[in-house]
Amino acid sequence: MATIHIDGRPFPARPGENLLQACLEAGADLPYFCWHPELGSVGACRQCAVRQYSGPDDRTGRIVMACMTPVTDGAILSIDDAEAREFRASVVEWLMTNHPHDCPVCAEGGECHLQDMTVMTGHAVRRYRFTKRTHRNQDLGPFVNHEMNRCIACYRCVRFYRDYAGGEDLAAFATHNDVYFGRHADGALENGFSGNLVEICPTGVFTDKPFSAVYSRKWDLRGAPSVCTHCAVGCNTIVNARQDTTRRVLNRYHDAVNRYFLCDRGRFGHGFIAAPSRLRAPLARIDGRPTPVPVQDALRRFQMMAQDGPVVGIGSTRASLESNFALRTLAGPARFSTGMAEPEHGLTRLVADLLRTTPARNPTLHEMESADAVLILGENVTVTAPRAGLALRQAVRQATFDIADAARIPRWMDAAVRTLGSEARSPLFIATPGPTDLDPIARATSRAAPDDIARLGFAIAHSLDPTAPEVADLPEDAARLAADIAATLRAAARPLIVAGTQYGTAALPQAAAAIATALAAHGVDAALSLVLPDCDSMGLALMDGLSLDAVRALARDGGIGTLVVMENDLSRRLDPAALDALLAAVPHLVVIDHTATPLSARADLILPSATFAECGGTLVSTEGRAQRFLQVLFPDLPLQAGWRWARDLAQAADPGKAPDWQDLDDIIAAIAAATPSLAPIGRAAPDAAYRLDGARLRSEPPRISGRTAVRANISVRDRPPPAAPDTPLAPTMEGAYGPATPGALVPYYQAPGWNSVQSLNRFQQEIGGPMRGGDAGVRLLDGDGTPRPRPAYATAIPAPFAPRAGEILLLPEPRLFGTEELSSLSPPVAARVEAAALRIADDSGTAPTIALRLDGQSVVLPVIRDPALPPGIALCPPHMALRAFTAPAWAIVQPDGGDAP
Amino acid sequence: MFGILRTLWLTFLHMGHRRVTVGYPETRPALPPRYRGRIILSRDPDGLERCVACNLCAVACPVDCISLQKAEQDGRWYPEYFRINFSRCIFCGFCEEACPTYAIQLTPDFEMSEYVRPNLVYEKEDLLISGTGKYPDYSFYRVSGVEIPGKDKGEAEREQPPVDVRSLLP
Repeated sequence: MATIHIDGRPFPARPGENLLQACLEAGADLPYFCWHPELGSVGACRQCAVRQYSGPDDRTGRIVMACMTPVTDGAILSIDDAEAREFRASVVEWLMTNHPHDCPVCAEGGECHLQDMTVMTGHAVRRYRFTKRTHRNQDLGPFVNHEMNRCIACYRCVRFYRDYAGGEDLAAFATHNDVYFGRHADGALENGFSGNLVEICPTGVFTDKPFSAVYSRKWDLRGAPSVCTHCAVGCNTIVNARQDTTRRVLNRYHDAVNRYFLCDRGRFGHGFIAAPSRLRAPLARIDGRPTPVPVQDALRRFQMMAQDGPVVGIGSTRASLESNFALRTLAGPARFSTGMAEPEHGLTRLVADLLRTTPARNPTLHEMESADAVLILGENVTVTAPRAGLALRQAVRQATFDIADAARIPRWMDAAVRTLGSEARSPLFIATPGPTDLDPIARATSRAAPDDIARLGFAIAHSLDPTAPEVADLPEDAARLAADIAATLRAAARPLIVAGTQYGTAALPQAAAAIATALAAHGVDAALSLVLPDCDSMGLALMDGLSLDAVRALARDGGIGTLVVMENDLSRRLDPAALDALLAAVPHLVVIDHTATPLSARADLILPSATFAECGGTLVSTEGRAQRFLQVLFPDLPLQAGWRWARDLAQAADPGKAPDWQDLDDIIAAIAAATPSLAPIGRAAPDAAYRLDGARLRSEPPRISGRTAVRANISVRDRPPPAAPDTPLAPTMEGAYGPATPGALVPYYQAPGWNSVQSLNRFQQEIGGPMRGGDAGVRLLDGDGTPRPRPAYATAIPAPFAPRAGEILLLPEPRLFGTEELSSLSPPVAARVEAAALRIADDSGTAPTIALRLDGQSVVLPVIRDPALPPGIALCPPHMALRAFTAPAWAIVQPDGGDAP
Repeated sequence: MFGILRTLWLTFLHMGHRRVTVGYPETRPALPPRYRGRIILSRDPDGLERCVACNLCAVACPVDCISLQKAEQDGRWYPEYFRINFSRCIFCGFCEEACPTYAIQLTPDFEMSEYVRPNLVYEKEDLLISGTGKYPDYSFYRVSGVEIPGKDKGEAEREQPPVDVRSLLP
């Protein structure tokens, strides 16, 4: 630790960081614009000027840019220095000369970094009396608003969008005062991380378009910590709500997971909460019609149903652990299904087993960023786990950092480091059937069918460790590639293997585990990351249950009296014939869900459950991290959490044996007691009894407005705040709040003088480090830390892929927008969904469509021809044209159908 | 005995003083224009709503009796609803001070007694007047940089025409 002296007071500072970071960590108010903890320094805005003295005898010193000056032990600087203050005041005055008089109609107002910095520098009166330059705005699609007049040209947007996220359609135009940030023409921003511009932009140029339609100032928004439910990465979010509706989702910093950024699916996918498809009352089928019934009536109906035979429960990978566990308790462990059909069911358990037994690290997202060689084995990570794809994009920069370190240039010196390492990239190998967004930065890509990719993986493992099984009949070019990849991974210090379950084959995760095991045998610090599809897939893998296929068999044998389905649309899992057969064999179908689905339309009883914003719960991410989401809305009955419905059903069916959980902590304790692998989940977040400074935490900012008027049109009487037994956050503005708030409980970021999201700096132990109050979540798969024995290599090496005449192997190729169930119901995401199309190898045909037959269904799909694709396979988005299509399947190509327009 | 006489004397003295009690409602008090009475929402010189739903009045209100929701049409912000619960209002005038567009103004009207409290909840239709109130000339959108129908980019006060971003000329 170095010591620096700021205005005569000593502060500890980390050597290697810059003075701006050191000043912020010391709690000083030093304004800045262009620096961002994740993007580094470029010294563009000249706002963070301080005076630095060369020693105790130096009385003059010199003005330096804090963000461009490394910390040295014993550095003496002054933020308060009169000349430095004047310098900063002048800079902000220049930046403000062209800033429009927009604050009242600007969505950034109240959480604007420019407002904060202007106040901080003391610039209160505009002296500039001349004309302002203006810009025309662009339509940037359904996610982001554009108001270029407000720009102060800090270049953060293009540095994030182009340099960090790899986007190409946002750039800087024009010169000097006229600099413009936009696209070459109107159109939706193509990059899947465009929503982060809203938080990156220090002023109101880029603002959240869906939020603007339901706008509220930051000081009016209640917040709650949440976890994204749109993929398995488990990004931490803050959900904002006002007047009983959710308004927006913001990033919540987690040191090891999503850090500063969210993908657009996570940020804009919450619209399903208020979509017309929401279920809001219990519906019973009366005279063939779903009819709203009172809760007591619904429960009485279930009581009658339960007398007609065994109750079987089908859980869901998109429901919380608590809801799944409550259903498991209702039905009994032997009659509880994970809600996954084969092969997903088996693969999910396999992934959990591999992550527990492979002697390799199971990396966090942040650790993935520092991998110095990456192999992606048959998974399009940028769509199945978008935020992990962004992390892998940063991993490629490790070579750049090595060069910078050798040249003794600090890593935060962004422009210099990027220029120096513009040609140097760490090796990234991608073996996938189709193209991925990471291809342009990969050292080598291999297009092959999933079985051939798995064979490549096993060949790499064999090349690393001769005791691993050998792959017979490997083509020469594949063998050469395998040897090349093996040598590169072997030479790396922190290699990372990424695979997943996207292509429905066990061979891919097994091959990835074999490579990681082989690397570990050499003493290499290898990491293995396996991607699961849904937000609670890993939780169900650890909870265990029957597959849907087993439930179908049970139904065929007449072993089901009532089927209770928890937040699971089986029409996405079973093809129509299988679903019809299942439902025909089941006398009663009860669906507990928050959203109407094709399955709920066929239910005898529908119970409306709460979404992630309306209840608390726990989700286990693909990394095996159990994380808590807490409720921000407090709806009245009959809307309640899925686990409360399951509890009520159990009490209706058999009051004697039913559980008596009253709040979230009761059921979490019950899960921990019943399931050893899930025992630590209680530590994922503080429980409802948590107190900070002797008080509950507040979830509303202290200056929330309109409390005596907001409901006055309904009643002028004051209403007591809602009871909140499940959360340590009080649903009011009264309670404790501060930088020591645990990371799992942060409802919003605000610090004195810092009203924008940049106030996050105050909540971190060090910039970019863990939260002062501790990070959120608890990892479940790490074991007790003892070295793991080397597992046996998987020996089931698949045969080479052989195309079939007249048939084509359909492979599921999810999309960022449109294939995930809930986000597709969100209007801004729905606006970005493109029609389903089939990507096939060039078959020298010209027909614009192709007709296929799969499981008795005929479908005609538009065709994208891609000569790079291996022959005999086709990439098809799941759940779109074929709703139940999730796993590879051979489809019959109908020769005449392709000519149809 | 002395006390009674003194009280009578003092009362007698007051007979010569000027009367301060006003015979309201027969006699109307003369209130200055800056008197802080019933709150109104004014319109700009073009006859359009001045309120831009910036929420500053609501957050300035010490009794939290103002609530509104922003809506937007063609770049103009306006309140979807604007509600003042006058049964809570203390007529402090902070909302008027906070308003950046001179939309919310306090008027010299104080005659708003009601027998039931819900009648004191005023919605936007009850608050909006047809004139400009105390500030006849000000129009926020003539100063602001946002584009609205009838005022293109670069047509506000002290604005240059929009930049041609494809030109590199100085």
